Amino acid sequence: MEDALLSVKNLSVVFKTTSGTVQAVDDVSFDVKEGEIFALVGESGCGKSTTAMSIMRLVPKNCTITGGQIIFRGKDLVKLKEKEMSSVRGKEIGMIFQNPLDSLNPVYPVGIQVSEAVLLDRVPRDEAWKKVVEIFKDVKIPDPAERVRSYPHELSGGMRQRVMIAMMLSRNPKLLIADEPTTALDVTIQAQILEIIKDLKDTFGTSILVITHDFGIVAELADRVAVMYAGKIVEIGSVLQIFEKPRHPYTQLLMEALPKITKKQGRLKTIPGSVPNLYELPAGCSFHPRCPKSMEICSKIAPQLKKAGEGHFFLCHREG
Amino acid sequence: METIVVIDNVKKFFNVTKGLFKKHLYQIRAVDGVSFEIKRGETFGLVGESGSGKTTVARLVMRLTDPTENTIFFKGKDIFKAKGKELKDIRRRMSMVFQDPAASLNPRATILDSIKRPLEIYGYKKSEIKAIVEDTIEKVALGKELLNRYPHQLSGGQQQRASIARALVLKPEFMVLDEPTSALDVSVQAQILNILLEIQERYNLTYLFITHNLSVVRYVSDRIGVMYLGKIVEIAQVDEIYSSPLHPYTAGLLSSAPSLSPRGRSRKKLLLSGDPPSLINPPPGCRLYPRCPYAEKICREEIPELREVKTDHFVACHRAGELDFSGIVRW
Repeated sequence: MEDALLSVKNLSVVFKTTSGTVQAVDDVSFDVKEGEIFALVGESGCGKSTTAMSIMRLVPKNCTITGGQIIFRGKDLVKLKEKEMSSVRGKEIGMIFQNPLDSLNPVYPVGIQVSEAVLLDRVPRDEAWKKVVEIFKDVKIPDPAERVRSYPHELSGGMRQRVMIAMMLSRNPKLLIADEPTTALDVTIQAQILEIIKDLKDTFGTSILVITHDFGIVAELADRVAVMYAGKIVEIGSVLQIFEKPRHPYTQLLMEALPKITKKQGRLKTIPGSVPNLYELPAGCSFHPRCPKSMEICSKIAPQLKKAGEGHFFLCHREG
Repeated sequence: METIVVIDNVKKFFNVTKGLFKKHLYQIRAVDGVSFEIKRGETFGLVGESGSGKTTVARLVMRLTDPTENTIFFKGKDIFKAKGKELKDIRRRMSMVFQDPAASLNPRATILDSIKRPLEIYGYKKSEIKAIVEDTIEKVALGKELLNRYPHQLSGGQQQRASIARALVLKPEFMVLDEPTSALDVSVQAQILNILLEIQERYNLTYLFITHNLSVVRYVSDRIGVMYLGKIVEIAQVDEIYSSPLHPYTAGLLSSAPSLSPRGRSRKKLLLSGDPPSLINPPPGCRLYPRCPYAEKICREEIPELREVKTDHFVACHRAGELDFSGIVRW
């Protein structure tokens, strides 16, 4: 078995707000192995983005990592000093976000911004500039020599996301965290960006952690998947295990509640209720009020992860 | 079947001006000659990417904006010529549900106030209003206890039920649904889609369903129109369009959309290269030609007309019929 590049162990993250304390991430554990694409998928408020931001240690001030470890290449990122952490960001772990326009400086040409990342490696300026053009070619930006002079507002959403990928790629990190990388893009552009992300894995051997709410993207991209609900991982396994043999009632219901593009179907199954408010999480299993299979024990005791198959685990009192 | 809405070569251009004297800079041809009909009881799905003009079509159909050229008929009446009582009568027969339920409900009004407002405008008596509201919220499965709350106290799904209830209280014949589930979580989406299908059956409603989501539109629609840069490129029955698209853009769109099957990953795809060009200066001829792998000389020179290539299957492509997408489209 390949080694884990990143190993998140029993991570817990808490937000303190004026209306109380919220456990956004609750005892979350998973590994991202060398050269794989791992997806964290879930609905709004499930804790997927907080998990990603905790790995980068980019959480807001009112948010604390209260427990667990984040082991990346032998170091526990939770324990690193801020200065040490900033040498991990970019150089060892790169990140791209949902809206590239928020991540780019509007008053500088994109080539300059990417070259800043290259210059961190102390290369001469003209060499850095050549490298930027090279990387723009790698992420399939047309006319790279021209485009490096464009300002962010002159580029389309898809091109901006390519620039962000180029910037990330210029530092050649071992791990890329992609937080909803295509959510702001149209489907035809999304397909192009997904192809580039797949290429990164194949060409550079980059390991990728994808954060998304879209099960379509997971099916398209991921090798392994963790499904999150109300701060917890409720099911984890290979992409085929999750899509074809889901064991947790939440995953099972979602698979039947999602309209399929491949066929015209009868009425969709629905999941009653809505995503719980993290301030008033139900006791026991957080999913039990919406679960058609819930039993008495579900409202009292939180379930433990159970093994369903090789590398496949689910969080439920039932046998699935 | 009776035709209820006729959109007749409608055009909507936006002028972009600058400064105090409104110096004319350029024109955006958001909707550039769109024609289709919607029949009673059907759901017409309008799909397209951002900037394709689908929401502008929705706003035109609801008479929320005036066309630059040509017009739209609702049950035989020109909606842009209607005035006074006639217009008020048309308005009560059509309603709309928007993408963002939080933004489309008045934050300072209770849910009850928002739902009953149309009834008050149309002069219903207090006693009638109570009965109609109670009946309506039951149809959309909105709990009675939520009526006295404010929008921010409701979840996204509950807010969207309230918007649907408001759109429904006047018993309209026709509803425009503009991305009604795009802002919702996936576990809530199916609830809303099913409610929309249930009330459609019960009241024989006609829908214009606007979305960019190709899975959702397949689930709800009877017929589909595909828009690209202000024009309709293809119209057909839903199964026809998914199994044998004739326009390269439709084929590209369908093969780009992720499916829910990891095994489908290695399928052959028709990836459209590049980005949609700007609406300010659209390419001459076919608007897809800069991105189209099948483009020929004629595509650069002549704008293709929407023509019936097979029965009830309309395509705006010079090469429609000679192109074969069967190896690309999976369904």
